[in-house]
Amino acid sequence: MKNCEYQQIDPRALSVLPSSAQNHTEKKAQRPRRKWEVFPGKNRFFCDGRIILARQNGVLPLTLSLIIVTCGLFFAFDCPFLVKHLTVFIPVIGGVLFVFVVLSLLRTSFTDPGILPRATPDEAADVEKQIDTSGSSTYRPPPRTKEILINQQVVKLKYCFTCKTFRPPRTSHCSLCDNCVERFDHHCPWVGNCVGKRNYRFFYSFIISLSFLTSFIFGCVITHITLRTQAGKTIVQAIQESPARYPFLELVVCFFSIWSILGLSGFHTYLVASNLTTNEDIKGSWSSKRGAEDSGNPYTYNSIITNCCATLCGPMPPSLIDRRGFLPHDEAIPAVSASEIELPPFTAKNDAHMVG
Amino acid sequence: MQGLVPAATDGNMATEFHNLQELRHSASLANKVFIQRDYSEGTTCRFQTKFPSELESRIERTLFEDTVKTLNNYYAEAEKIGGQSYLEGCLACATAYLIFLCMETRYEKVLKKIAKYIQEQNEKIYAPRGLLITDPIERGMRVIEISIYEDRGSSGSSSGSSSVSGSTAR
Repeated sequence: MKNCEYQQIDPRALSVLPSSAQNHTEKKAQRPRRKWEVFPGKNRFFCDGRIILARQNGVLPLTLSLIIVTCGLFFAFDCPFLVKHLTVFIPVIGGVLFVFVVLSLLRTSFTDPGILPRATPDEAADVEKQIDTSGSSTYRPPPRTKEILINQQVVKLKYCFTCKTFRPPRTSHCSLCDNCVERFDHHCPWVGNCVGKRNYRFFYSFIISLSFLTSFIFGCVITHITLRTQAGKTIVQAIQESPARYPFLELVVCFFSIWSILGLSGFHTYLVASNLTTNEDIKGSWSSKRGAEDSGNPYTYNSIITNCCATLCGPMPPSLIDRRGFLPHDEAIPAVSASEIELPPFTAKNDAHMVG
Repeated sequence: MQGLVPAATDGNMATEFHNLQELRHSASLANKVFIQRDYSEGTTCRFQTKFPSELESRIERTLFEDTVKTLNNYYAEAEKIGGQSYLEGCLACATAYLIFLCMETRYEKVLKKIAKYIQEQNEKIYAPRGLLITDPIERGMRVIEISIYEDRGSSGSSSGSSSVSGSTAR
């Protein structure tokens, strides 16, 4: 070792091999593909991978149009009357709430919820090696589980046959999106995306601000109709007088939404305070009724404030699926060639695809 | 960082591969070792420090454990819940999360430090021993993948190179 000089190595030089130099120049003619184009899950991508959505997002346009139409009617018909009779802050507050609601909704829908990328073939082979498979290969083996200790409590990890890896704790596979999602809460059709680790805070601020918005609009419309009634008319006359009965439509929409949205907000506030997910609560994973053993929630910090802060104000984890990274040239070849040097791509990471 | 590895103790281990350029010409991928996550403290990112048996002949235990422990410390720093993360969270909420479009989060800053650290470790410690660490972020933070390279010319290379990668369970 003393005879040879130690040369400064740059691992990035590994990606350019002398044997494949010719292939490299040939492949330069092809457009380099981004990783989102070969993503195996059922997701749709827009803006060259910046925006991610579930494949079935049928109800998201309905949610957006309900919010926009109701607020539009509010600004057009209630605000002029209320500004004249009450205060100019009414449209200001309404405007701020509306912007917040729409931004939270779009952020929830378009953010990667915490999708776990599928295991590479080598990883999958390694995991298979460590599992003892008894029985014939003609039938599907029983679900494989692994028990681990988290904070002195036994937790079972399940093996995901699609992603070929043992799911981390609190991770669940969403069949609609065909992805494993970390800290999986639920798949929300109104939002058109799964709600998981990375977008739970956006979802929570969406439903809280929507509760405020619907209550606010409901209150304003009631005030509007009441004020008109006080001028000596009956309710029916007041409604007929106000432009084409639109406040009545707002009342109906708000009345039905308030019950569901307020209920949902209350439920999620409880979940946040006890550091639970909807999935765990529905399955009763940590319910104390099961058995005599102490099966409390191992993830809770045993303090409501700490739980809330950890869930909502915790650090924002990065997206693991690297949608906008480029596929390295050797991965374009479908079969994994064991004899070739299979080197991990040391591509320079942009900040753009780490955000969101 | 510990600095340069002392030459006296690792003379017998680092003689085969002096730099990665030599590795490129003469070596082939023999095996991959996967260091799994350690969930004993919850869902925060930690990796097991158990020394895998495949690396016993390639690298000293202490060097490997140091690397994994430093990585664990970096991840703990990134995921720490404290004053700065609360401030970041509240500021983000107040700006309707638009601030994420222009500001780099603390987690991303630590990830860059981790990438630099792994590159340094590869250059200084792992490449001279014919090993290569893959940044866990490229494997979905599930595993630390260590690739083991063998000298094509050497006769005593470990067997089962193609049988492992080409196993039937796909």
